[in-house]
Amino acid sequence: MGKEVSESCVESLLTEIVSSYGTRFYANKPDLAARRIEAIGYQVGHQLSERYTMERPRFSDHLEAIKFICKDFWSELFKKQIDNLKTNHRGTFVLQDNRFRWLSHMSIDPSPENSGSTQDPSAVAENKAAEAASMHLYFPCGIIRGALSNLGIPCAVSADISNLPACEFLSFSALN
Amino acid sequence: MAPVAPRSGDVIFASVERVNAELFTLTYGAIVRQLITDLEEVEEVNKQLDQMGYNIGIRLIDEFLAKSNVSRCVDFKETAEVIAKVGFKMFLGVTASVTNWDAEGTCCSLILEDNPLVDFVELPDTCQGLYYCNILSGVVRGALEMVSMKTEVTWLRDMLRGDDAFELQVKLLKQVPEEYPYKDDE
Repeated sequence: MGKEVSESCVESLLTEIVSSYGTRFYANKPDLAARRIEAIGYQVGHQLSERYTMERPRFSDHLEAIKFICKDFWSELFKKQIDNLKTNHRGTFVLQDNRFRWLSHMSIDPSPENSGSTQDPSAVAENKAAEAASMHLYFPCGIIRGALSNLGIPCAVSADISNLPACEFLSFSALN
Repeated sequence: MAPVAPRSGDVIFASVERVNAELFTLTYGAIVRQLITDLEEVEEVNKQLDQMGYNIGIRLIDEFLAKSNVSRCVDFKETAEVIAKVGFKMFLGVTASVTNWDAEGTCCSLILEDNPLVDFVELPDTCQGLYYCNILSGVVRGALEMVSMKTEVTWLRDMLRGDDAFELQVKLLKQVPEEYPYKDDE
């Protein structure tokens, strides 16, 4: 194991990226904020995968590269592997982390039952909370996209948190 | 019950959840890079990094107090030692040394020889005015403000600018007396 820092350091940075971009720089433009946050993650993922694959032979196909992300790459970042990997064998991969660390300190109730009654203030609060949580997901999505791009797989990555604290990352690549 | 003894930075660092420092270093680097792209002016980047640090500091102080069992410091000298030996260690895994005290004991320097923020970093010529580690000065300022100390925190030496160490000057401007909500008649 190389050098370490307290987990609070990384979590503090993430919180600040989201609040700086989401509420200060681009307060009224959530799309732009999201794109910037994703770009920061992309840079990190790109550089990290470069470092972690230095001693390895080339991956023979996309599946091998994705497996590397699920096992070695995820372990370096979160000290655990992705819990479940699914694919349609046509370029779509679903990576599921049953307890995603970066959301585990966040308290939100994403239950969709109340979403019909928009007057309900608690429903509005929930929407806000869900929106805030989703802002936190652009960074890890960017990391995965950056890492895969560096391994020669251009793709789009999105996240689904309808089953918190589990988080599913969906990766779509055009090729394959 | 006897008061709980303060814990050393090493002990706390060993007990907290830790992560790979590369993730931290590269994330910070990516933030700085993105800020430079978006804000264009290096001065503005310095300001925003300081602001982000301040926001982090005002939150991190709670974790620090909760985990360190440090009790009230008798003077600013002790405060500086605690930041250098316990605060830096429990979060960044490195310690700083405290030197260059002025006669009044209100201004000193924290010297960092090992700084996880700057691994892999080299500044291009276009970023000459950048205080790359400005987030750190913001953190110290924010954290101290939450324990009633107004400070001014500035970088005197910076290895990314060719100096031989990182030197952070912490100057105590004033100690704000604690205000209790005594007055109900206002």
